[in-house]
This record gives sequence, C-alpha cells and structure tokens, in this order.
Amino acid sequence: MKIENVPVKGLSSDEYEKTLKISWKPTLQYAWDNGIGIGKYLQSLKEGKILAAYCEKCGRIMLPARAFCEMCFRPTDKYLPVKDTGTVNTFAICHVNWDASRLKPDEPRYIPAVIEIDGASPGQGIMHLLGNVEPAKVRIGMKVKAVWKPADKREGSITDILFFEPY
Amino acid sequence: MKERVAIVGIGVTGFSSVSPSISFKELTYTAAVKAYHEAGLHPKEIDSFITASEDFMEGYSIFDEYVPDQMGAVMRPVQTVTADFIQALGIGCMMINTGRFRTIAVEAHSKASNVKTLNEVKAFALDPVYIRPLKENADFLAGLEMKRFLEETGNTEEQCAEVIVKNKANALNNPYAAHAASLTIDDVLSSPPISLPLKELDAAKPADGAIMIVLASEKEAKALCKKPIWIRGISWFSGQGNPWCRDFAYADYAQLAAQKAFAMAGIANPLKDLDFAEICDEYSYKELQHLESIGIARKGEAGFLTQTGVTKLGGLLPVNVSGGSLGVGHTYEASGGMKVVEAVMQLRHEAGIRQIPNAKTGLVQSWRGVPTATGAIAILSNE
Ligand SMILES: [Zn+2]
Repeated sequence: MKIENVPVKGLSSDEYEKTLKISWKPTLQYAWDNGIGIGKYLQSLKEGKILAAYCEKCGRIMLPARAFCEMCFRPTDKYLPVKDTGTVNTFAICHVNWDASRLKPDEPRYIPAVIEIDGASPGQGIMHLLGNVEPAKVRIGMKVKAVWKPADKREGSITDILFFEPY
Repeated sequence: MKERVAIVGIGVTGFSSVSPSISFKELTYTAAVKAYHEAGLHPKEIDSFITASEDFMEGYSIFDEYVPDQMGAVMRPVQTVTADFIQALGIGCMMINTGRFRTIAVEAHSKASNVKTLNEVKAFALDPVYIRPLKENADFLAGLEMKRFLEETGNTEEQCAEVIVKNKANALNNPYAAHAASLTIDDVLSSPPISLPLKELDAAKPADGAIMIVLASEKEAKALCKKPIWIRGISWFSGQGNPWCRDFAYADYAQLAAQKAFAMAGIANPLKDLDFAEICDEYSYKELQHLESIGIARKGEAGFLTQTGVTKLGGLLPVNVSGGSLGVGHTYEASGGMKVVEAVMQLRHEAGIRQIPNAKTGLVQSWRGVPTATGAIAILSNE
C-alpha cells in the first residue's frame, strides 16, 4: 500500500524517504554447538535415517532425538531409527516468501507441515515441507514419505530431506 | 526481608573457552540436574522458573521459549529476566516473599563461543545516535573510564595489574576456571594495548558454562536442607545510563545497590562484617572501582589494599577467591551466578583448597558490562 492511500494527512513516500533518520545494519552471526542429541540426529539424517530417542520411564519414542527426556527429566535410554514415512498432522499453504514478499502467481506454493513419523510415539512430529502435490489435494491425515537428497549431497541438516510427498 | 529466602541447591558445569561437545540445552540440563539433586526436589516440585538471558547473546528472539526443556519446566511458569543472574535471583526472592511460591529455580548460562560476532553484539548495545557512528570497539568505553578513574583516585596501572595477577592465580585453585594463569605484573603491563590505558590482559576473556540455583522460603529451606545459605540482602540499581555524563571515578549503581543491600542485611562496616567478596572484575580496574564504590575501600585506596595483600586469599577481606571473571571467564549474564556459586561453596565450607576459614558472610556483586551503569549486589550468609 502506498502512503498516499492512507486516509490521513501525512508525508508522501518521497517526503518520508527524505526525513532524517539514524540507520544501522547489524552483522550478527552464530554457530551453535549441536552437542549430543542434535548432533546424533543430524549425523543420522546425513546417513539417510530419522533418529528418535527412547525414554524407558514414560515409554515415549521421541523426535527429534534428544539426550534427555524433558518430561521425566532424566537421560534418554537409547537412540533408535524410525521410518521415513508418516502422517500429516497439520499444514499451511504459503503464498509469501520468508521475508513476507509475495510469490508470483506461477511460482509453486510452499506447504510447511507437521508430520507424525511412523515408529515414533503419537504426537511426535517433525516440521518439514510437502512436495510433489497440488496444494488443494493436501489433507490432514495424508500419508507421506521423505524424499532425500542424494547421499553425497547431504550435510547433516534437516534439509537433507528435500520434502515429504504422498505415497 | 519479609520472609527469609535461602539457596538450597546449586548446580554448575564448570567453565571453558569453548564447549563443542554439548549444546546450550544440554549444558543447562547438566547444571539443573545437579541443583535439583542437591535440593532434593524433582523439577515438578519447583513452583516457578527464571532464566537470566539476553536474546542477542543467544541468537534467538523470545529466548525464554527455548529454556523449559532443559530446566524441567515444560508446562510450568517460566520467565526471562533480561539482566544479570543476581538480578534474576532478586526477582526470585521477591516472588517467594509474596507467599505464593515456596521454591524458585534460577538459571543462567553462557555460550559466548557460539557468538561469532561478539564485538558486533557489544557494539549493538551502544547508543545508535551518540556513540555507534564513531565506530569504535565497545571496549573503548572501559578505556576512558579506566583513564578517568585512575587519574581521579590516584590508583595506578600497576595496581590494576595486581588485580589480574591475584585473580588469575586464585583461579589456579578453582577447577571450574577457564582462564587461570600464573602471571607477573610485567606480563600484564607489557600485554598488547586495546584502548589505552586498557590492555589485553585487563579485560576478562569469554567462557562457556551454566549455573542453576534453587531458592526456597525459610520454612521450605529448613525442611529441605542441612546448610541453607541465606540471602540477607539483595538490591540492584541503574546509575547514569548516558556514558557522556557519568562520573567515571566511581560506580554509582554499585554504591546505591550496596547501601540498600547493607541496610537489609545489617552490615555497618563491610570490611569487618564481611568475610569475603566476589566483585565484578570484567576489567581489572573495575574490581578497584567497585571496591571503592561499595565502601569496602576508601576512595583511592583499593589499589593499595590489593598491593598489600588485604584482598588476597588469607588477607583481611579476600576478593574474588574464585578467580573472578578474569580467572574463571566472562560469562555475560551468568557472571553474577558464578560468583553466587562461589559464595555458596565458601559459606558451606565446601571450597576445598581455596576455603576461607570460618566464612560466615559474603558479598557478591555483578555489573552488566559496557556500556551499562547497571549492577546488583547480594549479601549471603550461613547464619
Ligand atoms: Zn520420559
């Protein structure tokens, strides 16, 4: 929306740009240590597997893998791979980019989703994208499967899975 | 204080320059497990949780959303106190004083090694209109404060060097310390200049580590704990925020916080009534400036007290037997926490080879670093 369209008396866009302001562009860079839990999870993705952690006390098979059970407040007892298939718990159809700029009409829509992974406890989902599917066809409860990057391109990141597609 | 509040559990990971084998969540978890074990409580029995943290240091906005897992605080009340650990401890005391909370867990940690642009984060704290456009490293503020402090009080660069030699040597006795060293005055004086008179060794080096403390009401503390450590006074102040109109010769925030905390704790003569002090020494001269502002030393005499051994282990009032931030490491919002942990160990008589005999009452102090004029003080006691 242009400022001229706002129904109050104000500065024009040009006038506004000419007002004196102080600006600063921060350079903020971080490199977070993965540590044990995240480290094992990401290493596993690099090997083409989704890794969960098991807590003997509450019996949950938790995703992503973690070093301690946050509910029982004790170390997890073992790490185990689960399937790379699952069920869509919820999703959204995004018409804007990361920076809120609009996608062009012919650009594919992003479909972020929570996917409950087969083999993990109920409610243990991961966040990812859906692909190879018409946005209008996506349904809660839809069965999906991971589409992996080629092994030599994986780098230990959640993007080692490209997206999940219906199967 | 209305009802007495005690520390009934401490957990600390130890400090190091880097900590690549452990995530920040696992780091805090490690400290939390120890603290809850000491307190004899499961986190489900803790009434409320506080994290002392600063989003820019974490690299997360709304950072308190990322702490419940490792504090055992999922589906429990959690809040951030965006300030030093001792200020968060003060908030915890006030919550207990309301009568609605029996126990509070307070956490702080540093993963300073994960902030790749630490100097940018420090610069981001400078006033964007009146200071940042000068494009000077934030340490210059310490340099000009040190200059004015030394000039006005008559303390010397050599006496500042004594602080570094003392604290880094004290840290040799502290297995938690990251930056212990055996140095000479000449080593310090010949270290590379930063913003003269500030030299490289005058500034504490960053460290990673986590601290968790469990607070309890008097009734709860006596039931839980054989050696509760009482918080007899606690206070924090912000002084003159604009660095261009500060009295650099003394720290107004420390003086104001000390007056209040001493009044709460009934401290009339700090040099006599205190058995030790853990003082903010993020820069060497700050230990001297803080000692004078708090009233432990008279104006212009903190350097002399240091030089004559009054503040060393075995002296009349040992200062920073832990090694301080210079020796243990600068842990940002966790700095005051490291000092509280040291005080608790001293007051429980569990400080090993650095134990101060018969320690009964100690002072811990923090400052939020450049460019701030904000700091906190707590008086802790085993009686
Ligand atoms: Zn569990």
